Amino acid sequence: MYNASDLKKGLSIKIDNEPYVITEFNFVKPGKGQALYRSKLKNMITGSQFERTFRSVDTFEPADLRERKMQYLYKEEGSYCFMDSESYEQVFLTEDQAGEAKNYLIDNLDVQIMFFEDRPLGINLPNFVDLIVVSAEPWAKGDSVSGKMKPVTLQTGYQIQVPPFIEEGEKIRVDTRSGEYLTRVKG
Amino acid sequence: MWTHEAESISQESRDDLPMEEELWALTKRQDALGMRALMIQAIRRFFMERHYLEVETPCRVPALIPESHIDAVACGDWFLRPSPELCMKRLLAAGYERIFQICKCFRDGERGTYHLPEFTMLEWYRRGIDYMSLMGECRDLITSVGLSIGYENGVVYRGNSVSLKGLWERLSVKEAFDRYAPMSMEGALRDDCFDELMVCDIEPNLGRKRPTFLCDYPIYADALARRKKENPAVVERFELYIAGIEIANACSELIDANEQELRFERTQAYRYSIGKPVYPVSERFLRAFDTMPESAGIALGVDRLAMIFTDSETIDDVVAFTPELL
Repeated sequence: MYNASDLKKGLSIKIDNEPYVITEFNFVKPGKGQALYRSKLKNMITGSQFERTFRSVDTFEPADLRERKMQYLYKEEGSYCFMDSESYEQVFLTEDQAGEAKNYLIDNLDVQIMFFEDRPLGINLPNFVDLIVVSAEPWAKGDSVSGKMKPVTLQTGYQIQVPPFIEEGEKIRVDTRSGEYLTRVKG
Repeated sequence: MWTHEAESISQESRDDLPMEEELWALTKRQDALGMRALMIQAIRRFFMERHYLEVETPCRVPALIPESHIDAVACGDWFLRPSPELCMKRLLAAGYERIFQICKCFRDGERGTYHLPEFTMLEWYRRGIDYMSLMGECRDLITSVGLSIGYENGVVYRGNSVSLKGLWERLSVKEAFDRYAPMSMEGALRDDCFDELMVCDIEPNLGRKRPTFLCDYPIYADALARRKKENPAVVERFELYIAGIEIANACSELIDANEQELRFERTQAYRYSIGKPVYPVSERFLRAFDTMPESAGIALGVDRLAMIFTDSETIDDVVAFTPELL
């Protein structure tokens, strides 16, 4: 059980038997008035969002979310297929459910699939994923002096800003939380 | 999309910040802290010129002024002050005519975009005036502080341009409900949604073009302000808003000992009824009412004023350390 003061951005709670994630959260207090908690919530199944102001006496049930380690297999007609490598059970996620994670999905990548009861809801990625650069402007020597980044396309189709010395065919490490380039990976 | 949000790391859990990010969190505030320091110097100058005495009263106190919605931080058997009001009013009662203090105050559980559990308060009290005169002095202070740091005409806060010149807006709480809320003030009190409407519908509209003094609060919300003579259902109290942010709270001080005691009892009973800790009341404070002069006092959030003058999005940006960085 959570109190309103325990809520924070990213926490998931259960309302009317459905899981919600808190996407925005702020403590406010008008003048000499009571503490209030202004929140934006997103339904983790339907994606619909709404605003709600809670009082400190309000209490919440945590959403019963479970993660399972699964492997990304393939994409077919707008849905992404994952498999539990022990039970061979397969689940499908929609484009919406995959969200930004689709920028990092390469064959056989191990991810955590989040379930609410038996429904798959979304993907938790490893913090870092290594991806191959499939298209990049060649490096004109001397460019690095300006400190400007250049755009490249990765094997998943994701476009990202990288330092100018990164060439086509190289592998780079990307931070999946910020979506930003981290470092070049050798080999 | 939500996976990202569910994974986004909150400040509290960032024990693993790399060294350079940890340093950056401190160095990036240098400009704002410089401005803040100048502001505080200007505040002191303002009060010196007006012959106010700067006082320092204790941080650690054995008893508190009961407030319905302010929780104290315990410190041994005593408390860290949630405000310097109690001691400053005892000085008033002892004959001090003009006093001010800039000090750290502590409130349990208050943390948000505009709140820190340890924050800096400017309080000043003046004998022989009421809250209307205090509005004028508050305006003089802020314009003079603004002037000293290069804001001659106004400030731009988050893209919202607020003029400090000319008349500042004066709006009663009742008028504010009529203008901005879906129901009247009386209706909001009856339906128990006064605070919600204030936060969601009214506050964001206040002080947008010029600062707003929101005044004459319903009696129920206040333990320390004097009733208005012409309308005893409200108290002589105002809050100052700039760009939707509450900056200061002021009132004509209640000087009737009996009424004060009644209001304290009511506040204590209310706290008890909602399961909040009930703090000891200072008998000495109540005794001071025998000699309490007609006066007015005001508390101004220094951090919030610094936010306005540095165009900072959160209160974090105008202090050297937030609790999460300790």
